[in-house]
Amino acid sequence: MGAGRIWLALPAAVLVLIVALLLIWRPLDGLSQGAPPVEEAAIEGVRLSPGLISLDVRTDGSEPVAIAQVQVDTAYRLFSATPALSGARLNLTRIDIPYPWIDGEAHHIALLTSTGAVIDHSIAVATATPVLTGASLGLLAAVGLLLGAVPVATGLLAWPAMHSLPRSTMNFLLALTIGLLAFLLIDTIGEGLEAAAETIGRLRGTALFWGLLAVTAMALLAAGRAKGASPEGLRLAVFIALGIGLHNFGEGLAVGAALATGSAALATFLVIGFTIHNVTEGIGIAVPLAEEKPGLAQFAGLAALAGLPAIAGTILGTQAISPLWNAVCFGVAAGAILQVIIEVGALLLRRSGPQHWLSPPVAAGVSAGLAIMYGTALLV
Amino acid sequence: MEFETKHLKPASVPEASGRRTFLRRAAAAGALLPLAGAAASAQDTAGHSSHGSRDQYGNRLVGEVNHAANGFDPHSILRDFDAGTLSTGDNGRAVREWTITAADHEFEVAPGIKFAGWSYNGRIPGPTLRCTEGERLRIRFINASTHPHSMHFHGIHSARMDGVPGAGLAEPGAEFVYEFDAKPFGCHHYHCHAIPLKRHIHKGLYGMFIVDPDPTRHPEARERAASRLFRSPENANWQELVMMMNAFDTNFDDENEFYAVNSIPFAYFDKPIRIERARPIRIYLVNMTEFDPINSLHVHANFFDFYDHGTTLTPTHRTIDTVMLCQAQRGIIEMSFAEHEPGIYMFHAHQSEFAELGWMSHFEVV
Repeated sequence: MGAGRIWLALPAAVLVLIVALLLIWRPLDGLSQGAPPVEEAAIEGVRLSPGLISLDVRTDGSEPVAIAQVQVDTAYRLFSATPALSGARLNLTRIDIPYPWIDGEAHHIALLTSTGAVIDHSIAVATATPVLTGASLGLLAAVGLLLGAVPVATGLLAWPAMHSLPRSTMNFLLALTIGLLAFLLIDTIGEGLEAAAETIGRLRGTALFWGLLAVTAMALLAAGRAKGASPEGLRLAVFIALGIGLHNFGEGLAVGAALATGSAALATFLVIGFTIHNVTEGIGIAVPLAEEKPGLAQFAGLAALAGLPAIAGTILGTQAISPLWNAVCFGVAAGAILQVIIEVGALLLRRSGPQHWLSPPVAAGVSAGLAIMYGTALLV
Repeated sequence: MEFETKHLKPASVPEASGRRTFLRRAAAAGALLPLAGAAASAQDTAGHSSHGSRDQYGNRLVGEVNHAANGFDPHSILRDFDAGTLSTGDNGRAVREWTITAADHEFEVAPGIKFAGWSYNGRIPGPTLRCTEGERLRIRFINASTHPHSMHFHGIHSARMDGVPGAGLAEPGAEFVYEFDAKPFGCHHYHCHAIPLKRHIHKGLYGMFIVDPDPTRHPEARERAASRLFRSPENANWQELVMMMNAFDTNFDDENEFYAVNSIPFAYFDKPIRIERARPIRIYLVNMTEFDPINSLHVHANFFDFYDHGTTLTPTHRTIDTVMLCQAQRGIIEMSFAEHEPGIYMFHAHQSEFAELGWMSHFEVV
């Protein structure tokens, strides 16, 4: 045992030695002689308040990246940087620029680093970042409620209709649920990869997203099967509600961000679209409950679990969340959705038997689920 | 003075009221002031009285350029004329000589931003060469840079002396002597004509080349010619200024990030050019801006006469307040603030974009 540990310590010691030699002797400096420093920067968040533009800038490079000057609309502007102008690796700097920005118009920002490199960012439609007061919180919470809990609860109302349905119809409905969830998974992966692409290179947003997706799915699968059997009935409904809830949190982030970045004119249509779209999510949660007798409290709990995260998402989304955190949220949500797709699929397999796994009702159900989600997504 | 100067009526607002207005506006801009700290303190250390329009101007750079480290100061370049060494040649003719060295020259183009430029004699723009028409000119050009360079003069000379590839281009470590007569009189310039041309010009290889008229050759306008002749008694009263309109593309995307007169953006905005109003002003103006087809100069609250290329002794434009120059075009501005009240007067490119990217300046008329 003691001898075995030495063989673990040895590689670690050698590694420390290699790194130390590279850092002390710097034998590779010849390669970078005269090479201009590598610089990267990502504008992670933009907040607008009257007369002020605030940016969160993440910088990274072979040497500290300093934001030396700032242009707004092709004019140099006074600004302040916090922390001060010298940046470290993966440094997050806040840049405050007093500027009489104009509501509803586009503004273009260019940050110049000490090497004269330019980092561009466009504000497509300038609108004040919501200040979270009681009134605005109430309004955003209402949007979140309409986005998540209300449509999910509406969908759950269809539960009585699912009683004593023939087996093939139930299989169709389970397959429909898989179709609905598959659409949400594709949608979430798309959003997550988009956010991941906006993160600065070294944070490896894409790898982080896929990793979180896999870890979340495996953790939830393991948790669901902790008692041996895979979840069915109410327990399966809870997992579906959790997956949908995490997805709706991400949806809330997107809606909040849209409201904060100038799509407010679309707010009513956006919310109507999402409400119709998300009713189907409630139906999906109700399907595993077809042969159960849940109480009102349990229905309320499921609606809350699947719907209320949209409120938190909407509020947070208005506050310029960094693409990194967006990618993290979407990764977790996608993992949770993947888990319920696997569990609903497993249930369907057990109910129909391997020979009916790809029967016409199942194929029709999955297709119908995808089609319904696509169709209602057109309203968003 | 033979040119006409428009002037403003003295302002009817009493001094005290203007001061109050300024204070009130400053208070309204209170939220902005702490953020302006770096620039404001830079002004204070420069020893200049604070001025309302500057303190409230959000269109600024943050920090201060280290001119000493750069090796040149735009305020020195303004009034720095290099007359070279004058001697008498074999045939009794006046010969004027200079030695010019091109070198790689990284400098701080704006506070905190380094630019890998090229320079003549350690400054951008290069030395303002000043001579008199009819002289024989001999320019020994040494290339101490890592790239081939040349000096191509906008003047009249032989093909052999043109400073283009094949005729006067000096490889790194080599040198070349350009020799030609000083003509025609006027406000001219020289620049590197190595290929790629855009890059060789915009990295800083250009300078002014002023040929003063010889009064004896212009009996019809002897007085005017004499006023142009460097260090003549008639020239002594003039406040002569060198203004090279230039720009820098720091990220090499063929668009300029910084515009200026004499290289450093906002240099004369933060620290105005002191003008004695009793004395006339003559500006030698050259446009060496790369990438943008034109540049311009606009003076606030005043009008001027303009001599296109400086090759005439009568103005080519009279009583204008804006002059537009294409790339390499130049001329001489003559104006006066004699009847103005003292104060800060702006001048800038009237391409607002250029102005807001650094080509914004002040005269402090005293």
